[in-house]
Amino acid sequence: MSDSPSNSPLLHTPLYDLHLALGAKMVPFAGYAMPVQYPLGVLKEHNHCREQAGLFDVSHMGQVRIKGAGITEALEALVPVDLAVLPKFKQSYAVFTNEQGGILDDLMITRLADDEFFLVVNAACKEQDIAHLRAHLNGFDIEVIEDHALLALQGPQARAALDQLIPSAAELRFMSASPATVTIDGAEVECFVSCAGYTGEDGYEISIPAQHATAFAQQLLALDEVEAIGLGARDSLRLEVGLCLYGHDLDTSTTPVEAGLLWSISKSRRPGGEKAGGYPGADIIAAQIENGASRKRVGLKINGRAPVREGAELMDSPGNSIGRVTSGGFGPTVGAPVAMGYVSAEHAAIGSQIAVLLRGKTIAVEVVKMPFTPQNYVR
Amino acid sequence: MSNTPSELKYARSHEWARLEEDGTVTVGISDFAQESLGDVVFVEVPELGTNVAAGDEVSVVESVKAASDIYAPIGGEVIAVNEALEEEPETVNTEPYEDGWLFKLRPSDVSELDNLLDAEDYQQLCEDE
Repeated sequence: MSDSPSNSPLLHTPLYDLHLALGAKMVPFAGYAMPVQYPLGVLKEHNHCREQAGLFDVSHMGQVRIKGAGITEALEALVPVDLAVLPKFKQSYAVFTNEQGGILDDLMITRLADDEFFLVVNAACKEQDIAHLRAHLNGFDIEVIEDHALLALQGPQARAALDQLIPSAAELRFMSASPATVTIDGAEVECFVSCAGYTGEDGYEISIPAQHATAFAQQLLALDEVEAIGLGARDSLRLEVGLCLYGHDLDTSTTPVEAGLLWSISKSRRPGGEKAGGYPGADIIAAQIENGASRKRVGLKINGRAPVREGAELMDSPGNSIGRVTSGGFGPTVGAPVAMGYVSAEHAAIGSQIAVLLRGKTIAVEVVKMPFTPQNYVR
Repeated sequence: MSNTPSELKYARSHEWARLEEDGTVTVGISDFAQESLGDVVFVEVPELGTNVAAGDEVSVVESVKAASDIYAPIGGEVIAVNEALEEEPETVNTEPYEDGWLFKLRPSDVSELDNLLDAEDYQQLCEDE
């Protein structure tokens, strides 16, 4: 997800007026006017989500339903995931690859039925993703869901909070999903709840008809434990748990092996597996799985307190450039700067001592295991 | 509405300067500036003894959002830096005009303070931004 370079007027999510009413500071993001923070501020929003529960508007993301006989095999030709073994209402993280093995986007796939999936893709990539789907899923039913908002409720108290509004869905475990109903203004409203997110905390994403989204958000915000959280804290929350941001940590020149996302490639789709390859760039990715990639995404522990930002140059001890920081900032939960970036393979081992250039000064950096703070999923 | 004490002088780049009784000048960032920056997580203060000219980049304030350069509002020698900010950078947010000061200068030409904005003009500048 990166800022759209387009000059066209910013789009609004169904919660736009609510953001303004809550006093959000709005910024352009992927073509949308989005709340970067609320009056609470990024730091307190971050901590609130880690300690209680945070509500995020992620309606800018693309929601797509695809269906038709043979859709499982057709979608498997676009992502290195064994979707045939994905049960109904279970989710998988996946990447769309290109012919060079680079990542076009990362996404969540949920099986809705034998011949139907629900996809959630990044906002900045959604037009391109939809075109990609239309080009490769010829003859299948592709429905871009424009009339639903998407809300994320995240944090250790998200479960208790959702239990008050959608008790059936509060039972969900990590990476599973379910249709549900929620009572809004006395009416039963259909929604779709999944147990996943982008903060490392337990929580949910709720797809709900746009006309009911504000009322639903207000019901959640009326609970003591729930606060609205903006994109600023969303970024520091995901960075602390080592999750990638498309357009920054992942792009078309980055393969899933380089990105440390081998776990997202099903074993059966790897070399030697019973359904090996069969997706764009499979040969290049297979070679990297077997022989290793020349560069790797790693976690970076920065000496001192100065945050290191995206783009900062990473160096070995003689001072040769070995890579760049792709995400960096201050980790409020860690209480220190946190960053991730790409380094050449010989420096990618945990414990490697490297350095970063910050305002002309060299600062010591250690390659560390991610996440920086534990993931607290309820499995 | 941000707080803009009338006894201070302000740079267009949002630093404040206070002439102390001993002739030194204390520098910090305004309430408006700290509010726009958001939560401050790190302050890189200048080195003691550095000689700076008005407008020089002398310090960096890092918030959760971004790094912002701090410019010397007047020229002089850096004679003190706020070391407490190393452990508690958030003081810049909570007390921008008191314990959140950044550094002190011995001015090379105290009349450079006259080039800065008074509180009323600075307030206007902030409203226009």
